[in-house]
Formats: sequence, structure tokens, C-alpha cells
Amino acid sequence: MESIQASRRIMTGNEAVATGVKLSRVKVISAYPITPQTTIVEELAEMVANGELDSKFIEVESEHSALASVIASELSGARSFTASSSHGILYMHENLHWASGMRAPLVMSVVNRAIGPPWNIWSEQTDTFNQRDTGWLQIYCESNQEAMDSVLLGYKIAENKSILLPVMNMLDAFTLSHTSEPVEIRSERTAYDYLGDLDLDFKLDFKNPGGYGSLLGPDGPFMEMKKDMRDSMYNSIKLIKREISNFNDQFEANLPGLTENFMMEDADYALITTGAISSTAKYTVRKLRAQGLKTGLIRLFFYRPFPGDDILKAVRGLKGLGVVERNVSYGQRGPTYEDVVSSLYGKADVPVRNYVVGLGGRDIRVKDYEKMFENLVETDGGMEWINVGVT
Amino acid sequence: MPLTFPKEEYMQKGHSACAGCGATLSMRYVLKALGPKSVVSVPASCWAVIPGEFPYTSLNIPMLYTTFASSGASISGLREGLDSQGKEDYNVVAFAGDGGTADIGLQGLSAAMERGHNVLYVMYDNEAYMNTGIQRSGSTPYGAWTTTTPVGIKRDYKKSNKKFVADLMIAQNVPYVATATIGFPEDLERKVATAKLIKGPKFIQILSPCPPGWYYNSSDTIKISRLAVEANVFPLYEYRNGKLTVYKPAKTVPLRDYLSLQGRFGHLNDVEIGEIERALEERWQYLLRREKD
Repeated sequence: MESIQASRRIMTGNEAVATGVKLSRVKVISAYPITPQTTIVEELAEMVANGELDSKFIEVESEHSALASVIASELSGARSFTASSSHGILYMHENLHWASGMRAPLVMSVVNRAIGPPWNIWSEQTDTFNQRDTGWLQIYCESNQEAMDSVLLGYKIAENKSILLPVMNMLDAFTLSHTSEPVEIRSERTAYDYLGDLDLDFKLDFKNPGGYGSLLGPDGPFMEMKKDMRDSMYNSIKLIKREISNFNDQFEANLPGLTENFMMEDADYALITTGAISSTAKYTVRKLRAQGLKTGLIRLFFYRPFPGDDILKAVRGLKGLGVVERNVSYGQRGPTYEDVVSSLYGKADVPVRNYVVGLGGRDIRVKDYEKMFENLVETDGGMEWINVGVT
Repeated sequence: MPLTFPKEEYMQKGHSACAGCGATLSMRYVLKALGPKSVVSVPASCWAVIPGEFPYTSLNIPMLYTTFASSGASISGLREGLDSQGKEDYNVVAFAGDGGTADIGLQGLSAAMERGHNVLYVMYDNEAYMNTGIQRSGSTPYGAWTTTTPVGIKRDYKKSNKKFVADLMIAQNVPYVATATIGFPEDLERKVATAKLIKGPKFIQILSPCPPGWYYNSSDTIKISRLAVEANVFPLYEYRNGKLTVYKPAKTVPLRDYLSLQGRFGHLNDVEIGEIERALEERWQYLLRREKD
């Protein structure tokens, strides 16, 4: 019997993404290079050039064109992929709306990187948090294994006929994208059986031609279409849970739910994190527990749809909750904080604080997490910037 | 003389274009030459509105709408997507206005042509942003009034020359480049039919007169289209295998005959018209020199 895992290999997050794309039998790839996404594109170009992956490869002249071209190829009926980062994602912005509005079930891998000025290529999540309202599902990975698996899982979810929305899966610049760790490579056969071929009901139809994305006035079903997108996103939570569980069964994998609860059962104080910085947070939780403080962590694997109910369940009994934000919003608190507070409003009586960390690749150390927990124990309210302006 | 082009119609009645719209005839003639196995990608433009409101469409072929700057990228994706499914025999066409081509879409067009996809890019040139209400584009001719070159008391008409995108495509050595206009439908149909047989990137710029934007009587569209060629304002040429061929009109007319029918040139005095005439003559001589090379 063929093993469910083809092999175990040491690979970077970007290699893991490229392998996930290969396992998904993507037919059209279109991408523009940007540090630190570049090695995803290079790896894929090599796979295509070597005949390992039977895919068209469009070397576009911009990220804007990268997304516009894969929207078109996807709607022609071919499973399509792109990848980007930082300014590339910002440059795509209008086409992000166009992709979800066209109900094109694309997957795009994003290496989270800071936005200038000043120029900075290091890790930060403002690029994709800025895109939270574009109708894409958002997955934030903690490991290279998740980076590979969320491509396969991403297509499975995106192509579900009751969802039909694009998925972006995120990995931290350098911490994941360029750092090697062991990854179970899922077997091609199991991956093919799992994902199948792209089967779109809504695609270019030459026998019954229509206008894809055509004009609508205020009395046309414009608002209904937007509501359908919103409903599909909201209702996807149940389906995502089922799909993750299905994925774990098929591949003997260990993906969390939309959130991962770490030592939350009897916790008094907890943090909410996304991405690879969660690992340092988990280490700190263990360390503080050894010292007698009952700490815990909620990691957001999915940020859109927002798993508010899962967070609500997890925070019951907490004395303090800190939302760790690796992005910056000006003139209001961070987006994750806003989402968490709105999910708990009137339902949970727990003080919530907001911590802004790690902008432009600034290190987030164990002592920084210790400071956040300390702050949770001592006070409540207000926002803190961590590891900033210190000597 | 009876017209010789195909009788089949792929554009139906019931569209929402203005009376006398040149862009509408451009689409109709292009589709006649291409046939039913075609898909058209349209960016923000008059043609994003003309086919009608969802779920209706006045075309008998599928249309994929795309963002303003994305025509070049959109047809690239369509082509590769269809090819990956063995549908190499379908025509993939962009149908974009002059703003969407000469201005915001130029980068995407240039890149799509450079990559060499088997696609046809049609620029329907009505010489301004007509869908937003007559703002100047890079393809607006010298001397024209538009709402953003409003003449006024300081004589602020358009003071820079028309950007000829077809010339840019020739400079890029695109395998097939042509200019055409709806007043010469057989010539237009022949050029599209020629393009259809060439495997690779093709570019055709079609002068498409616009009654409200150019301020003329809507019954004069064909007349103005023909005068544009005969007055040397819009020379017809074809570039193939590195060779330029320029059409020499059977009769030529003074520039004034072309300008005087259009309100957008109504403010020009004799001196200004003389300057435009000289510039057009220079360009004509340049094209003839290129033809000999």
C-alpha cells in the first residue's frame, strides 16, 4: 500500500508552498517577483521547465497583471495560482475585489512583509490585514507544514460550490519563507484523490454566452450578489471545520481548527496571535505556567472568516486577554482587536488589551511576551506598543 | 458596390450605445471576421456599458469584464487557461478603448505582446475618455477640445500630439499590427481575418468616431471615418513580418473638410489648422519612409 506521506524533507516555507501547488495540479501560474516571495515563483518555474508540473507559466510584468491574468484563466476553467507579498498585494488591491466578486476560487500564497516607506523587506502582516475586506478567505500559517497543506486545503475550500471564494494563505517573511524545517510531503496520489479536477459551474460558456462581471444598476441584483458573498463567507465556517477534519483524516495531518487553543482549559490570562510568532508565545506560556501563572494562547489559523464564536468559547473564565497585532492601523486600534472585541461584546466579561508588535521585522522575544502577560495581570484597557523605542 | 464581408451577426439589437456610435460598428465588424469561437475581454470603457445590464448581453459570444488596466493580462490568462484545456482553436480578443490602451493599460498591453501569447488586442480609438464624458487621453489629437482641455479664454485645447499606439507596437516588433476604421469595412474585416490566421500576438487600432464626444451629427459617423483617412489624419497601415505597408487613399481631401464637421475643433483658427496640417504631412512622409525601409 502506498504511503500517505511521500517523504519527509527539510524545506523552506517557500519550497513547501511550491510543493503544495504541484500537489494541487495547478494548470496556470502567473506571478511577478518580490522579495521574499521570489523563491516560490522560481521553484515553480523550475518544476514547469523540468516537466514535473504540467502548467502554463505566465511571467507577468506586475502583480496587478498577475492577479488579472489568473482571474481570467480560472474562469476559463483552469485551476490557477499566484503568489506575492507586501507592495505586490497592495498593487493588486482592485483585482482582489474583482477575484472574489467573480467568484474565482483561486489560491494565492502571500509572504507577509512590511510596507514602506521606509523600504523594509522583513516580516509584518499589515499587507494582508489591509485586505481583510476584499472577500478572500485568509489563513495564517505557523509552520512550513501548514504552508504546504494550506495550499491543498485552500483549493478544496475555495472550490466548494457553496463557498466559491478565493483563499490567501500567509507565511511570515524569512521566519517561514526562507527557514528550513522538516515537512511531510503529501503523496501525489492521495492529493489527487482528495482535490480532484476543477469543476466550475460558473465559467466561460461558449454555447450559452454571457457577460462575466457585466453592468448592474441600483435595482439589479448587485446588492444581492454582495450579500451572497458575505453569506458564503459566514456560512463557510462549518464547512471549513469539516474540510480540516477531512484533511487530517486523509493525510494523517494535524491542522488545527479555525483557531488553535494552546493550554486554554484552565487559563487565567491568554494572548491571541497569528503566524509564526505564535511559537515563541507558546514557549512563553509554558515557561510562565512552570512559574505558576496560568497562561494560554489562542492562535488564529483563519482570520477570514473570523472565528468569533470559537474565541468566545475559549475565553470563558479568563481574567485578561491580550490581542497581539503584527500590523498597524492608524486612528483606531488594530483590526484583530476590533474583531475580537466585537465578537465578545455583551457575551463575555473579560478585559481585552491590544499589543502592537514586530513591525518591519522587529524581534518579538520571550521577554516581550512576558511583558504582555505581566501587563495583563496588572492593568486593563489601553493599547501598548511592545519592544519599541527601547535601547 | 455590394459589401463582401460575412453576413453572420454576432452582435444583436438591443444594446445601449449612442446613435451613430463608431465603437459599436467596430465590435460588429471584428466579430464578423472572427466568428463564434471567440471570447472578448473588455476593461472599463464604453464597451463595458454597451452590451447592456446583467443578465442580458447583446453579443453572441462570451465576454469577460476586467479592471481598467488589465486587458493585456486578462487575455494572457484566458489564452493560457484555454490552451491548458486543449482549446487552442478559440480566438482570444481584448476590446479596449484608447484610454484603456494608450494610458492606463499600456504596460499590460506591451507586456502581453512581448510575451507572445496567441491573442488579438483591438484598440477602439474614439480619441478620449468617452464613457466618463470626454476627457483627454494620450490618444486625443492635437488641437482637440475635451472637458479637460476646455479651450477657455487661454486657448487651452490639447497641446500635445496624439500617441499612436500602433507605432509603439511596431517599435516592439509585434508580429501583426494594423490601423483600420469603420468607414472602410472590407479593409477592417480583411485585417482581422489576417490577424486571425497568425499564431501569436496581434494588435489592431480602429478609429471609431464618437458623435457626442466629437460634436457632430450622428448620421455623419461613416463620413467622418472616411474623411479621417482621406485627410491623412488617420493613415491606414499594416505591419507584418517586419514590413510596413501604407494605404494610399484613392482621393485626398483638405484637412478642413474633416475638422469642420466636428465641434471639438470648432475653436481652431487658420494658423492653428495650418500647423496641424504640417504636422500631419510630416507624419505621412515618415510613414512613407518607413514603408521603403
